[in-house]
This record gives sequence, structure tokens and C-alpha cells, in this order.
Amino acid sequence: MSDTNTIPAAKGERQHYVTTGSHLPMVVPKQRNRSGLQLTRWIGLSLFSFWLLVALFGPLLAPYPMSAFVSEQIYAGASTSHLLGTDYMGRDMLSRMLTGARYTVGLALVAALLSSLVGAGFGMLTVLLPYWLEESIRRIFDTLISIPSKMMALVMVSAFGTSIPLLILAAVLSYAPGAFRIAHSLAKNLATLEYVQVARTRGEGRLYIATVEIFPNMIQPILTDMGMRFVFIVLLLSGMSFLGLGVQPPVADLGSLVRENIGGLSQGALALIAPALAIGSLTVGANLLIDSLSNSRDNQKE
Amino acid sequence: MRDSLFGLVLGRLASSLITLLLVSLVIFAITSLLPGDTAQQVLGQFATPEQVEALRTQLGLDQPPLLRYWQWLSGFATGDLGRSASNGMDVIQLVNDRLPNSLLLAAITTVISVPVALIMGIAAAMRRGGVLDRTLNLITLSMVAVPEFLVATLAVLIFAVQLGWLPALSYVSTVDSLGAFMKVYAMPVLTLCSVLIAQMARMTRAALIDQLDSAYIEMARLKGVPPMRRVLRHALPNAIGPIANAVALSLSYLLGGVIIVETIFNYPGIASLMVDAVSNRDLALVQACAMIFCGAYLLLVMLADLCAILSNPRLRNR
Repeated sequence: MSDTNTIPAAKGERQHYVTTGSHLPMVVPKQRNRSGLQLTRWIGLSLFSFWLLVALFGPLLAPYPMSAFVSEQIYAGASTSHLLGTDYMGRDMLSRMLTGARYTVGLALVAALLSSLVGAGFGMLTVLLPYWLEESIRRIFDTLISIPSKMMALVMVSAFGTSIPLLILAAVLSYAPGAFRIAHSLAKNLATLEYVQVARTRGEGRLYIATVEIFPNMIQPILTDMGMRFVFIVLLLSGMSFLGLGVQPPVADLGSLVRENIGGLSQGALALIAPALAIGSLTVGANLLIDSLSNSRDNQKE
Repeated sequence: MRDSLFGLVLGRLASSLITLLLVSLVIFAITSLLPGDTAQQVLGQFATPEQVEALRTQLGLDQPPLLRYWQWLSGFATGDLGRSASNGMDVIQLVNDRLPNSLLLAAITTVISVPVALIMGIAAAMRRGGVLDRTLNLITLSMVAVPEFLVATLAVLIFAVQLGWLPALSYVSTVDSLGAFMKVYAMPVLTLCSVLIAQMARMTRAALIDQLDSAYIEMARLKGVPPMRRVLRHALPNAIGPIANAVALSLSYLLGGVIIVETIFNYPGIASLMVDAVSNRDLALVQACAMIFCGAYLLLVMLADLCAILSNPRLRNR
């Protein structure tokens, strides 16, 4: 979401504060807290891996072709021949969702990976660049972070029309700056540590220091951060599809499926509720998983 | 010391203005990059090249980009935001019609969500690790990630379709009594609140816990100050700055949510105006709406920062 840009940054800042060692008395995690943590982790893990498997194998399991008109009845409820009913044109909803999930998960994964690569890459390199270059790159990312992600996507779609590469580009432009901020502050701290200074004195090149000395120590927080970006990007892309400005027919992601069946709202059509719930369970699952992972990492440090 | 504080605030204001300027540059650049321009769009694809050229000259599109950027930017200062390409009305007129509706929606949402979120956050922080805290944690953690259209869809299904209490669509013009007012606003506000409250409650909890972990609270505990008093009299006053910061930051979530909510409920606000403008590729209108949203976002982030600066004596003395 829009918005979203400042929160992960703030959260990242906090995590990184913990890792650098706080002077405040640490509260020992209570035993019962762990069971709660385990529960959210298992809920998150099972939801997230379920959708990952659906994205991988779903289209193979689809009982009908995605765009085949298979039923006379529109907005049909669940039945043995159509497990999730039919959509507004009498197409099999289960088949459409199995294919749509691949787009939702796949596009968001690609965009999240690219955001983290761009953000972390620049974040790491700028530490080693001359000051003026570091400052100008930071300024650019600071400007981009001040544009809410939905605004960025809407403005870009209004100028260029919508397409899958453009949606990914919009997501990367919105979410790379946050990844940059976190990677930059992590790398900045790491760069002052002794072993990096030693490498520098040894006469190692910038690229060597970035990839061999700094990068391995940033992987974990960057992966956690990428998980959060994945959640936000799923929300952004399905939101755009819901507005009719995202993935276009004949291709459909889960957000498009919600949009095209919105006419079934007054009858409480399964074709509308199923894809909406699907997106919710994907993002909630991923969020629970990431939160429990980053919490347990914090606890290990103590 | 007052001078340094004043300087700090002034510096923050200046940096916000610079960022807004840079943001406007980005928005203008994106919307001016495309090969076919407004003239082509207004006339459609059957226009002769001469017609397009004539309109380009008339609209000033043949001038260098930097000059156009300057004219566009100074237009903002004078209230001349250009003309909508799709219906020929002045952009400022369209925006003026819609903006109050959106502000009202945002205001109602804020008034409801802030107290609820604060109570939830404070309660969770006081019962840290307990059943209440863990339940709230699971709920808010889930709500933060739920798409607005899922909340909106479920709300419509439950309250409009199943129970029949509320109309599924918002029609602001039909509001004539308090009851009608509440009926129209109930579902859009409920949808916006659900995500916002979750976000705000989480941040409030984190801000308060940060205080509860500090040495002076430990001291108060050792002195035998009861828990309630410890939180309300000792920790809360010190946490007000961070909490205000959290509230302002969370409110910026409204800007994303309102786009979906206004569309799904047919609410005549500025966000649905913008979505229509994007569909019609009405660039002048898109630019104006995007600037309003980005401006509002920057304003909230700046307010959040100012709250942090003003409430933190260490930052003040630096």
C-alpha cells in the first residue's frame, strides 16, 4: 500500500537497533510467548506454502481450461463438477483461480526480488562510493519513497497504459527505496566494523568488500525485508487489478477475478468471495510467517 | 536552545518542500514522457497531423519540457491546474467538487480509529505476553495484510445483502438526516478503519513498550508504583511523542486505502476521480490528483517527524 513505504523502514530501523546492541535492559522472552509464536509461524507457513504450491502446480491441476465456457449457469454455487462454482460468464472458477494465483504470486515474487536486488545492491555499493555520489543516490531514493506506491502505479498507468512489465516496474520503483534504506543503514554500520577496516587496509577492492565482507552479514535481514515487500506488492498489484488498471483480460490474476465478478455481490456469489479470500489468506499467511521469523531472530540475538 | 529547536523545525519544513518539489518533477516527468501527447489524445487517432500540430501549439506542448514544467508548477500557485481532457472542465473545478467529500471521509475515519487504536495499543502493551496481547497481536498482524476490497466485500455481504441494514452504495447527495448520514458512511468508514486501527494499534504498542523497557520504569516498579499508575502516569506522558508519530504515519495508510474504498462504494471523492482520470488517461487531472495525494502524504510524514522532534528533549538539545 501507499504508505507502506515508511513502515517497513521504521521497522527495519528498529530491528537494526536491536542488532547493534541496545543499552536498555532486555526483557527475557517468556516461555508461553514461544507457543504463541509457534502457532503464528505454523499458520503462516502452511498458508504461504499452500499458495506457493498452487502457483507452481495449480494450472496443471485445473479441471477445465481457464477461459472455457463450461456451464449454462452464471454465479453458480459450489457443486461436484465446479468445486468453486462458476463466474459471471459461466466459466469454472476453480480453474480460473488456479491460473490466477500463478500470476498473483509470480508477479509479486519477481517484483519483490527485483526491489530487494536493486535496493540492497545500491544500499551496499553507496557505502563504498564517494560521498557526493552516495548523497545524490540517497536523494533520488528519498524522493521515490515519498510517492505512495498506488500513486506511482496510477500515474505510470495513466501515462503508458497498463502492461505486466510496467506494473512490475511501478512496484520496483515504489518498493526498492525502502529496501535501499534498510540495506544502506545495515551496510553503513557493517562498514565501520573492524574486519571491514582490516580488509580495506589489506587493499581489497570495493567490489570485494561489498560482496565478500559486507553482503553475507546482511542476507538475513534483507530476506525478511523482502518478504514484507512481497506482501505489499501482492496488495498493490491485486489492488490495481481490482481497479481494472492492472493485469488485463484474457489473462487474469486474483485481483482481476474479484473485479470481474463484482456484479455477483448482491447475491453473495462464491465467484466473488473465493478470489478475495484467496488474496487475503496469501498476504495474511506471508505476513504471519515473516513476523514470526523476524521475532525469533531477534530472540536468538539476546 | 529555543533557536536550535526552531531551526530544527524550520529545517524539516524546508526539506519537505524540497521533497515535494522533487516529487512534482518525477510526476511531471512520467506523465510527459509518453510519445503520443495530450493533443493526440484529445483529437483521437483519426486526426490529421496538421490538426494535432495546431492543438499542440495552442496547448503549448511544442515548448521545451523544462519550460512546460515551470508553467505547470506556477499554475499550482495560481490555482490554474489546466483543463480536463475528457470533459473539458477546469481541473480545479473538478477537484473542488470532490475534495471536501474525501476530507470528510478521512476525518470521520480518523476520529473513530484513533481512540480505538490507542486503547487497543495501550491495553496490549500493559498485558504484554498475556492472552489479550497475543490475541490482539494475531488479529492486528492479520488485519494489516488484508486487502481493503476483501473487508469491503465482506462488509457489504454481511450488512447490506444478508442483514439488509445498510445500502451497498454511497450516495452523498441523499443525506438529509443523521440516520441517513450514518448509513451512507458506515461501510466505507468501517473498511478504512479496520486496516488503519490494526496498523496504529501495533505502532502504539511498540512505542509504549519501548518506554516500559526503560530504566525509569524499572525504578518505579522497584519503588512499588502500581502497574496502572506506572503506565498511565510514568510511561504514557513520555510515549506521547512516539505515539503521535505512529498515529500520523498510520494515517498516511488512508491515502492508499481510500482509493479502493471510494471505488468500491462509488463514493464521490477525489480518489475515485483520480481512478476515472487514469482510466480515461486524462493526464492534467491525474497530475493534479497525484500532487494532492503526494502532498498530503508528505504533510503527514512531516507532522510525524515534528511530533518526534518536539517531544524528544534529546533531539531538541542537539
